[in-house]
Formats: sequence, C-alpha cells, structure tokens
Amino acid sequence: MSQQDTGPPMRYSGFNVIRQGLSGNKGWTPAWRDPAPKAEYDVVIIGGGGHGLSTAYYLAKNHGLTNIAVVEKGYLGGGNIGRNTTIVRANYFLPGNSEFYSHSLKLWEGLEADLNYNVMHSQRGLINLFHSDGQRDAFVRRGNAMINQGDDAILLDREGVRKHLPYLDFEQTRFPIYGGLLHPRGGSARHDAVAWGYARGADQRGVDLIQNCEVTGIDVSGGRVTGVQTTRGAIRAKKVAIIVAGRSSQVAAMAGMRLPIESHVLQAFVTEGLKPVIDHVVSFGMGHFYISQSDKGGLVFGGDLDFYASYAARGNLPMVEHVMEAGMTLMPMIGRAKVLRSWGGIMDMSPDGSPIIDKTGIEGLYLDCGWNYGGFKAVPASGWCMAHLVATDTPHEYAARFRLDRFRTGHLLDEEGTGSQHNLH
Amino acid sequence: MRLTCPLCGPRDRREFYYSGSADYLTRPATDDAAGWDNHLHLRDNPAGETRDLWYHETGCAQWLLVTRDTVTHVISKVELVAK
Ligand SMILES: Cc1cc2nc3c(=O)[nH]c(=O)nc-3n(C[C@H](O)[C@H](O)[C@H](O)COP(=O)(O)OP(=O)(O)OC[C@H]3O[C@@H](n4cnc5c(N)ncnc54)[C@H](O)[C@@H]3O)c2cc1C
Ligand SMILES: [Zn+2]
Repeated sequence: MSQQDTGPPMRYSGFNVIRQGLSGNKGWTPAWRDPAPKAEYDVVIIGGGGHGLSTAYYLAKNHGLTNIAVVEKGYLGGGNIGRNTTIVRANYFLPGNSEFYSHSLKLWEGLEADLNYNVMHSQRGLINLFHSDGQRDAFVRRGNAMINQGDDAILLDREGVRKHLPYLDFEQTRFPIYGGLLHPRGGSARHDAVAWGYARGADQRGVDLIQNCEVTGIDVSGGRVTGVQTTRGAIRAKKVAIIVAGRSSQVAAMAGMRLPIESHVLQAFVTEGLKPVIDHVVSFGMGHFYISQSDKGGLVFGGDLDFYASYAARGNLPMVEHVMEAGMTLMPMIGRAKVLRSWGGIMDMSPDGSPIIDKTGIEGLYLDCGWNYGGFKAVPASGWCMAHLVATDTPHEYAARFRLDRFRTGHLLDEEGTGSQHNLH
Repeated sequence: MRLTCPLCGPRDRREFYYSGSADYLTRPATDDAAGWDNHLHLRDNPAGETRDLWYHETGCAQWLLVTRDTVTHVISKVELVAK
C-alpha cells in the first residue's frame, strides 16, 4: 500500500487510541509502506537493523536526503536490534567514546517526542557493583569521567547500595559488595519499538524500506561504488552504506574488503513474568551477569560471549551455567523464577571494543560496524553521525575517532584495556 | 561442545581457552606494519569453515589448531600447533 492510498501519515496520541477504540480499531493504518525496489537511489543502506534505520531517518530529517532505500534481507527488527537486553547508558570513559554515548543518551531522552512513537525508554537507573578496593578506584575514575562529560554518576557505598537493592546477598564472603556506581539516567527501552519507530519515521519522510531483499554483491567501477546486486534485482546507487552488524565481514568482502571484525554469539535469557521486584538495571562486578525487569514482568538477564567465533544464533551450555551461577551468587531470590527463553545474537566484535563509522577505500562506500555488544544504546547517535558522514563526506565530531584505520595506526579506543583480541571486549 | 585433543582425547569445551583465528600463527617482521594489522586485527571471519587457535588450559597445556564450522559448530579437525 502506498502513502497516497492511506492519506497523510497517522499521528499516534492518547486521543487517537480512544477514538480508534470507540470505532472498533478499524482506522489504524500500516506503520510503513512495503514498496518494491526502484532502479536507482541516491543512497542504499544495506541492513534494516537499528543502525541502518536510524541512519536513514537522520539522512532524511537532518540532511534532507529522501531518495533512499534500506535493503534488509529478512524483516525489519529481526536482527540484533530485536535480540538485545536493551540497556541504555552513557558511562563511557575514553575521549572518543564518552562524547558519542553522551550524545546518544541525549537523543534517547527526546526520542519518543521526535519519532511520535513510544519506545518505552525508562531511565530507571543503572548500578554497576564493585567488590574490591581496586574496582572502587576504577569506578571513581569512571564516575569522574562521566561527570566531566556532563552526565551523571553517584558513588554508592555498601549501605547506599542496600537502600536501592535490598535483595542482594550482602552477607556472602566470597564476593563482598563494596558499593556501586549509580548512573541515574541509565536504564532501558523496548528494543523492537526503537526499530519500528525509526522505520516509521523514515518511511514517512519518503525512505523506501525493502524487506526480504538480500544484498548479494556490491558493484564498484573505477574505485567508485555504483550500486548493489540483490535477490530482488540490481539497484543502482550513488552511495552505499554497509550497516549489517554481525554480517559485516561477509558484506564488506563483496567489495573486496577484509575488516577488523570477528563475529561472536552473545546469549540472553528471560524468565516468566513476575510482579515488580527489580527496579534498576544491575550488573555484577565479579562474574558475567546483569539484569533488569521488563515492563511485562520478565527478568531479562545476560552475561558474556560464548567466547569463540560463531554465526549460530544460539549459544552453548557452559555460558548458560555461568550466567545462572553468577545470578544466584548475587541475588539468590531469583532462584525460583522459571527461565522461559534463551537466545543468541551475532555480535560484530572489533579488536578494541569500539565501533567504526567511516569511509572506506572505495568512493561512495561507507561502513558502520564494530558495535560489539553495546550497539543498542548507540542506535540514535550512530544513525546521527553515520548520516552526517554519508551526507557530507566528513566525520561527525562525536564520531571522529571511530576510524577504520585506527588499528593500523595504533590509535585504538580500548575502553576496557583488554588488548587486541576480538573476544575480550 | 567438545574438542578432541590429540593428546587427551575428547574433552569438554570448558577445558579450553579460545584465543582467536589462525592468523595469530603468522608472525610478521617487527617493521611490517601491514603484517601486524593482519596478525592482530583483520580477519576473514567466515560464516562456515574456519581455523582457530585453542589452548588446552586444564589439560595438556598444548596449543591446538582447530578446523570447525562457525555456523553448525561441527569440529572437523584438531591438530597440535607444535609439531
Ligand atoms: C543478547 C544480546 C544482548 C545485547 N544487549 C545490549 C544492551 O543491553 N545494550 C546495548 O547497547 N547493546 C546490546 N546488544 C548489542 C546490540 O543489540 C547490537 O550492537 C546492535 O543491535 C547492532 O546493530 P543493528 O541493530 O543495526 O544490528 P541488526 O539488528 O543485527 O541489523 C543488521 C541487519 O543487517 C541485515 N543484513 C545482514 N546481511 C545482509 C545482506 N547481505 N543484505 C541485506 N541485509 C543484511 C540483517 O538481517 C540485520 O537485520 C546486545 C546484543 C545481543 C545479541
Ligand atoms: Zn590436551
């Protein structure tokens, strides 16, 4: 159905919910069109995940470019954007990362009004626990970096943590809780609503969202990109942006590139719905475990990678066991909750744990990848900065250090200080 | 997942430390910047058959070169790095 058939884009509002409810909910229109690909676009974005959709949205909104297609091999929101554990935070430390995630959080804070879409952004506060003097020092330093950036951080001692999280096992001797770093503006959001909100906003500005359309080749001639080959035919394009997360290496290889990326599986878990019990996002400092409670009541939790390169969107049992053990160590009260589902997503791990938003050696071909397991919170700023790069051919000031060649030149952004190994970030 | 160590036999995945791609076996000359980039950062990262390095941490303490599939997790070959 095209927009002409449905009239002007529908605005969502409380008034509209009541009006539609009273008229049998028959007046809702599709949130976006389902167009067939045109022969040519100014910009083709490969990948309809969070980052591809936000890039399309800001290209249209900030730069007035609307002759754009987002080409997605599956359905919108079926990749990592619909598989993550939805933590949104701005608690980064290194110059380069700090200003970028700070900008992203500010965009989150205005996102629902901007998109006219309820993404259920909830600033419920994030508490990172620490369990030793050394960890406390590191968190003091991180908290100061956050405050210097203009964001918020509060150091809690043990009693301060107890006030917020009385249900933790404070009495244990193995991993005593020394305190926590509280980031009050941190929180969560509804993952697929973010994809849908950006999709709808881009569509309303004229962007074609083309689903079930896999890119199988990138056409380059004389050092310039000229278009893409897809399962729904060839599409010519003046500019092409690769924004495909875990599949970055395969798509970049279509243009002859070898990327500093290794793909790994990250698992997550959700329990049956429970009454409200966990008000914050909490992370354990002594094992791989973090948790929050969704608005439906499920406890959503996860841990670290399975640690070996993998494209299987499911994980192995050792990490399941580790995550459960760590959760039980920290908050034994969750032991009775039944796990409903577990799943995995394929993460584009970079050798320093920081992303890439850059041009490539091929004119008109751009790359946005390397989100590791932190790319959900980055969706707004990544789209903002990637759109700026694609539209103006210059890096945005907040993403100026996310260069593709920084590995070769030694300008790494190793936030965790774990060294050049893709699975350690 | 289990790996069959040539010295210890089939062992649980938890006994092994995964280091990364077999690119780590190609050691560049000290002044070869492109070589170091290949060694440390750039990866083929195939969805399918790959070769990577695992260390039998709680077994024989040998480095192993493993040929396996990153999509199915089937392990087809495990060799000792040190011959
Ligand atoms: C379990 C889990 C927990 C996570 N938790 C968090 C968290 O708490 N906080 C946080 O900030 N981040 C988190 N992340 C990370 C975050 O989800 C990702 O970094 C981010 O979603 C990746 O960007 P994306 O949304 O664009 O990716 P995706 O949604 O994966 O989008 C990429 C798209 O490209 C498409 N594509 C691939 N190849 C092609 C092709 N050839 N042609 C056309 N289309 C193609 C794919 O189908 C896919 O839809 C988590 C991830 C996982 C898996
Ligand atoms: Zn062995």
